[in-house]
Amino acid sequence: MSDNKKQDDLDYETTGHSWDGIQEYNKPLPKWWLMIFYACIVWGIGYSIAYPAWPGVRTATAGLLGWSTRGNVEQAIQDHEAELAPINEQLASVELTSITSDPELNTYALNAGAAVFRTWCAQCHGSGAAGATGYPNLLDDDWLWGGTMEDIHYTVSHGIRNEDDPDARYSEMPAFGRDELLSEEEIAQVANFVMTLSGETPPEPELVEAGAEVFDINCASCHMEDGTGDRWQGAPDLTDAIWLYGGDYDTIHETVTNARFGVMPPMGGAELSEAEIRAVVTYVHGLGGGEASEE
Amino acid sequence: MADTETPAPSLYESREPIFPRRVSGKFRNLKWVLMAVMLGIYYVTPWLRWDRGPELPDQAVLLDLAGRRFFFFMIEIWPHEFYFVAGLLVMAGLGLFLFTSALGRVWCGYACPQTVWTDLFILVERWIEGDRNARLRLHRQKKWDFRKARLRVTKWVAWFLIALATGGAWVFYFTDAPTLAVDLVTGNAHPVAYTTMLILAGTTFAFGGFAREQICIYACPWPRIQAAMMDEDTLTVGYRDWRGEPRGKHRKGAGAENLGDCIDCRACVNVCPMGIDIRDGQQLACITCALCIDACDDVMAKIGKPRGLIDYLALSDETREREGHTPRAVWKHVFRPRVILYTALWSLVGIGLVFALFLRPEIEMTVAPVRNPTFVVLSDGSVRNTYDVRLLNKHGEARPFELTLTGNDNLTLSLEGEDDTTVDVPANETYLQRVYVTAPNGTEEAQDERTAFSLWVEDLTNGTRAENDTVFNGRDN
Repeated sequence: MSDNKKQDDLDYETTGHSWDGIQEYNKPLPKWWLMIFYACIVWGIGYSIAYPAWPGVRTATAGLLGWSTRGNVEQAIQDHEAELAPINEQLASVELTSITSDPELNTYALNAGAAVFRTWCAQCHGSGAAGATGYPNLLDDDWLWGGTMEDIHYTVSHGIRNEDDPDARYSEMPAFGRDELLSEEEIAQVANFVMTLSGETPPEPELVEAGAEVFDINCASCHMEDGTGDRWQGAPDLTDAIWLYGGDYDTIHETVTNARFGVMPPMGGAELSEAEIRAVVTYVHGLGGGEASEE
Repeated sequence: MADTETPAPSLYESREPIFPRRVSGKFRNLKWVLMAVMLGIYYVTPWLRWDRGPELPDQAVLLDLAGRRFFFFMIEIWPHEFYFVAGLLVMAGLGLFLFTSALGRVWCGYACPQTVWTDLFILVERWIEGDRNARLRLHRQKKWDFRKARLRVTKWVAWFLIALATGGAWVFYFTDAPTLAVDLVTGNAHPVAYTTMLILAGTTFAFGGFAREQICIYACPWPRIQAAMMDEDTLTVGYRDWRGEPRGKHRKGAGAENLGDCIDCRACVNVCPMGIDIRDGQQLACITCALCIDACDDVMAKIGKPRGLIDYLALSDETREREGHTPRAVWKHVFRPRVILYTALWSLVGIGLVFALFLRPEIEMTVAPVRNPTFVVLSDGSVRNTYDVRLLNKHGEARPFELTLTGNDNLTLSLEGEDDTTVDVPANETYLQRVYVTAPNGTEEAQDERTAFSLWVEDLTNGTRAENDTVFNGRDN
C-alpha cells in the first residue's frame, strides 16, 4: 500500500542509458501502437498519391482521384441547383398572385429574391431598397408604374425606357425649358403651383394662380388635372409626400426645364430566369408597399 | 554518458493475452445487474414513443441534428438553450469528481462503456470457448484444426453481431427509429447511417474483443485524471498486505503459523480483466472492477479465514488496521468536506437547471429593427419603421400569435402579408414576420429622433404573452 518498500525492491528494467548515474526505466510502447504508426506512414504515402499533395514549381501533383476543392464547389453548386430545380420550376409556373399564399413557396421566393435583389438591384435601389435620388424607394407605398405583383413583374422583366427591350415601359416628359415649350416665366409659375399640390408653401405664392393654368394646359394630360399622376405613363403623383428627385422649388424648376428620363435595364431574357424574376418580385412586393392585385 | 555493457532491451512489447476466469460473488452480481440495466437503457431508449404532433417523429429521446432540436420526453431544447446541455456536461464532470473522490474509479469499474462491452464480450467468449483454462489451451494450440477454427469464427461472428447492434442502436437516436430500422434493412437508409453503424461496429469489435485493457492503459486519459481526484480517504479496491503477508502455501508443518492469510492461490490475478496483481498495490491499470474481491472472498471462505483480504478500503485506515483496530466507518470516509463540496456544487447546478427549465418562457419573441433604412416616408407623409420579428412556437402544432403595441397611442401596427395583427406560426418553428409600425404625419413620433414602445405577442390558444422593448425612429433620426 503506501508502504513503498516493496515497489522499490522490484527490479525494474532500464533502457541501459545512464547519465551521471541517473538511469532511465524502460517503459516499452505497445507493439500495436508502433504498427498503427507504421500504418499511418503507409496511409500517408498512399494519401499523397491519391490526393493533390506534392508541390511543384508552379503547381502541385493532382492526385490519382482527381479531387479538387474547386471541383467540390462546382459539384456542390450543381447539387444545390438540382435540389432547387423542382421548387424553381413551381415558382416559375404557378399563378403569379398565388405565390404569397403558399407558405413554402413564399418563404423560398422571399429568401431567393433577397439574394437576387442584392446582386442585381441593390446597385441603384440600395441594399435596403430605400433607393436614392432618381432611383425609386421600393419600401414606400408609392409606385410610378404600379405596385401589384403583375406590375412589378412587368417592370423587372422589361425594364423602363431602355433600348434593349422593345416591350420596356416607356414614356417621356418633354423638356419644357430646354426645348422652349414654356417660357422661363411660365416655368416659374408652374413650379410654384406644383409645390402647392403637396401642401408645400411656394417661394412666390403670387405665381400659383397663373401656374395652375400652365399646369392644366401642359402637364395635366399625363399628371392628371388634380396632379395625382398616371401609372399607365409612369407619371408621378405630384400630390403626395414622396419625391423621386426632390420637392423643393429649385429641383422642380430643374425637372420642368430639362425633364427626367429614368432608365432601368430589363432583367428578363438573358439576365435572370423566370423563377429568379418571380423571386425578386415577391421580395420587392413584400417590402411593405406591395399592392393587392385587382380581381 | 557512461558506457554500459548490457544489451539494449526492446522498447516495444506485445500484448500479453488475458484470460479472466469466471467468478461469482456480490460484486459480480452487481455488475451483471448494472450491465443489464445500462445496455437495456442504451438499446431500448430510441424505441420509446412520445407524442410530438404531426410533423415530428413520435420519439421520446431524439437528437434532431438537421432541425437543431433535442427532444427528451417532455423537454425540448432549442439551439439558443444550449446552456442546458452545457449544464448537464458540468453536472457530468462534477458527478465524476464526486464519485471518484468518494469511491475511486467506480466509473471505470462499473459504468464505462469500455468495461461494460468488454465484460459482455468476455461473457460471450466464455460461452463459446469455455472458461480460462479451456481458452488458454485453445490459445496455446498452435495448429488451426476444425475445432479451433469453428470456435474462433463463432466467437467473432457473435462479437460482430453485438458490435453491429451497438452501432445500430446509436444511429436510432438521431432519427425516427422504426422508420430507420425499415430503411436500414431494405437498404434505403442514408449512407451516413450505414457508415456510422459500421465505424461504431468496427470500434466496438476491436475495442471489446481485442484491445480491451489496452484502451484503459494506453488510450484513455481518465485513469491519470482520476488518480489526481483520489485521496487517502477514498474507498478503493486494495489488498490488506499487513494481513496477507508473508504469503505462502499453507502446508502443514511448513511454518504455516508464520504466514499471512494470503495463500498465493492467484485467484485474484486469474479473474482480473486487466491482467494485473492487486497485491502489488495501487496501480494505474486497476479499474477497480472488484472481481478480485469476489475471488478472494471465495477462497477465504474455503480456508476458513474472514473475508476482506482484498476489499474496498481507505488507505488512511492502514495504520489503524496494522495496530489491530477496526477501520473507521464508511460514512466517515464518504462524508468529508471534499465530497460534500462536490455534492453541493453538483446539486446547485442541477437545481439551477431544473429552475431554468420550468421558468423558461413558453413562447419567445425577438425584435430586430430594420436599420437600412431606419425609416420610410409614405405618400401621405406618415413615417413607417420596419421590424424583423422572430416568433418561436415550441409546440407540436401551428398556433395563432397576436401582436400588439403598447406604450404609445399614435403608433399603429401592421404585419406584412396579413390583414390583421394575428399570424399563424407553424409548429416547432422560429417564424420571421416583417412588422410595420407607422406614425401619422405631423405627430411627435413621426418627427422625433426616437420613441420607445413595447411589442407584445400573445399565444391566442392559451394566452401566454411575451414582451420586447424597442424604439421607433422618426424623421430626425
